[in-house]
Amino acid sequence: MSGGNRKPYSAPDEAGHFGEFGGRFVAETLTHALDELTELYENLSTDEAFRQRFEHDLAHYVGRPTPLYEARRLTSEIGGARIFLKREDLNHTGAHKINNTVGQALLAERMGKRRVIAETGAGQHGVATATVAARLGFDCCVYMGEEDVRRQALNVYRMKLLGAEVVPVSSGSRTLKDAMNEAMRDWVTNVDDTHYIIGSVAGPHPYPALVRDFQSVIGREAKEQSLEQCGRIPDLLIACVGGGSNAMGLFFPFVDDEGVDLIGVEAAGLGIETGRHAAPLNAGRPGVLHGSRSYLMDDEDGQIRETHSISAGLDYPGVGPEHSYWKDIGRANYVSVTDEQAVEAFRLLNRTEGIMPALESSHAVAYAAIEALRRDNDEIIVVNLSGRGDKDIQTIADMDGIQI
Amino acid sequence: MSRIGSRLETYKDAGKTALVSFVTAGDPSVATTVPALHALVRGGVDILELGVPFSDPEAEGPAIQKSSERALANGVDLVAVLEMVCDFRRTDANTPVLLMGYYNSLLRLGHERFAKVAVEAGVDGVIIVNLPPEEAMGIQPAFAAVDLDLVFLIAPTTTETRARSIVSVANGFIYYVSLKGVTGAQQMEVEGVRKEVLRVQSYTELPVMVGFGVKDAQDVRRIAKYADGVVVGSALVRTMDALQNSVLEIPDALEAQVKELRDAIDESDRDTHQ
Ligand SMILES: Cc1ncc(COP(=O)(O)O)c(C=O)c1O
Repeated sequence: MSGGNRKPYSAPDEAGHFGEFGGRFVAETLTHALDELTELYENLSTDEAFRQRFEHDLAHYVGRPTPLYEARRLTSEIGGARIFLKREDLNHTGAHKINNTVGQALLAERMGKRRVIAETGAGQHGVATATVAARLGFDCCVYMGEEDVRRQALNVYRMKLLGAEVVPVSSGSRTLKDAMNEAMRDWVTNVDDTHYIIGSVAGPHPYPALVRDFQSVIGREAKEQSLEQCGRIPDLLIACVGGGSNAMGLFFPFVDDEGVDLIGVEAAGLGIETGRHAAPLNAGRPGVLHGSRSYLMDDEDGQIRETHSISAGLDYPGVGPEHSYWKDIGRANYVSVTDEQAVEAFRLLNRTEGIMPALESSHAVAYAAIEALRRDNDEIIVVNLSGRGDKDIQTIADMDGIQI
Repeated sequence: MSRIGSRLETYKDAGKTALVSFVTAGDPSVATTVPALHALVRGGVDILELGVPFSDPEAEGPAIQKSSERALANGVDLVAVLEMVCDFRRTDANTPVLLMGYYNSLLRLGHERFAKVAVEAGVDGVIIVNLPPEEAMGIQPAFAAVDLDLVFLIAPTTTETRARSIVSVANGFIYYVSLKGVTGAQQMEVEGVRKEVLRVQSYTELPVMVGFGVKDAQDVRRIAKYADGVVVGSALVRTMDALQNSVLEIPDALEAQVKELRDAIDESDRDTHQ
């Protein structure tokens, strides 16, 4: 790689475009709130006091930095490159989602908005939002598809214990995308006193950039830790991609490091060829949903298709626009892993390392196992272990025919 | 000038307020839509908006969401919607028809092709709820080439600077969203809207239509005093919803409902011009 004289990466542009992707495709009523949020965020991104407050909260409330852990038994079981795990599962509330909600709660506070809303699929982002709302004394309302409310009863109760109102959404396919529609409707109605905490690098500008920046702490730490532990930066980063926030958080600080390969892993569900998957970057096309232009899954008429993944957090027909851009410019590769492969990886990591990954993160682990074999044993792979798997025990037990 | 422009111009000159209706294409059944459109015109509607059903109608309240779901369950796609317009045009060459929907629905055909087939079917304009002017640059040339109006919205949260730039690129008319909320919501504050609409009218020649949350003759009467037109949607959709199991009664019911609104507007127009 030549490097050195290339222009540093600088997307998005002022209007939130990453190449032909991103932008702001929303009802007119929301434009003003998005402008305000953009302006505030731009001002705060150079505000030293704000940065310190955010970092203080990450250290003392979230428990950062999270370890970069070398999974030696896993590596020797597979063979090939050295696998390191970035342990986002060890964050408060058990996933990377809290990095973003802590940041956005501070933004809400600055705007004087004391009510926050969120959409959630698996419930991890809902829990992370309810958590920061409790901490700052905000009212909190979480929208969740009826189908997911049923599948994720534990997290629903958890949010209620945290003082949030959980609203089951019965429109459309009753899953994450419909929860997001409902959250937009709430925001349009209550925009004066409410901040919408979007849970991934999706949605209208400025959300994709803003969430990316809050999540980038993952990659910044990983870079430093890799230098410390290995004397160099990794050769390959792997993360699962639902909306794409844990992947973007890990990848972004390496975007200008040309020698570092980036692989995002989508959910192939029952197999791409069955149509029952959640892999828009692998099997979708560009379109407009939830405020931005990005790859998505739709039919011939432009209707958004229903998705399937064993992991609720990946069960979404769209993806953050910056990933679409990276796919098209070739900065990252996007692959997919089936339900079955993910479950196998879930078991493998439990057995070899004593770590129970979320089913979402298990997709990344599964692909790491494939990729490690193809690479030399002095190469370094960092896998984002985006969350812990306690929430998924019921799903696995059901598969095993065990009642708990 | 398009059918929309010329009709509204004569209204403006005559001090007449336009009545605009919204129904979702293919709800509650495919066969109801065209008779419903004719009934609306008979009852006194000046401009028809026809909703293109979409799986993720994020700006709609429950009434229109459900109507969209019913239409999709009936297998209605964009081609079917255009066929309905074609069919309607067989016996009505004059009433302007706009499609209202979401951007992804027309992306699949592509801008040029969509504009061409829409005009061929007899469509005069399009309202794309999630396409603000900043993102519309790509589509505008295709629409302009075939004289298809692209109508933009202005909301209570729109700043004056922004509203001025919106009117400078809009055509057909301006759709003033009368409340912070989704379609069919309850909290419209008719008098508050008045000031805003007058402000917009002060810097554009385009007619300003007021919609979202307009329910009955009383709302309509009050809005007609200052707006160039009034849009009624959810209230009509609810009527159709209630008659799902006796769809043959829908045309008469709609005709009666809009007749009452028409009378309220005419009465208000007479008062204003006395
Ligand atoms: C543990 C975990 N990983 C990954 C995801 C997927 O989201 P994203 O792609 O934004 O990281 C989720 C979403 O709920 C999650 O809970």
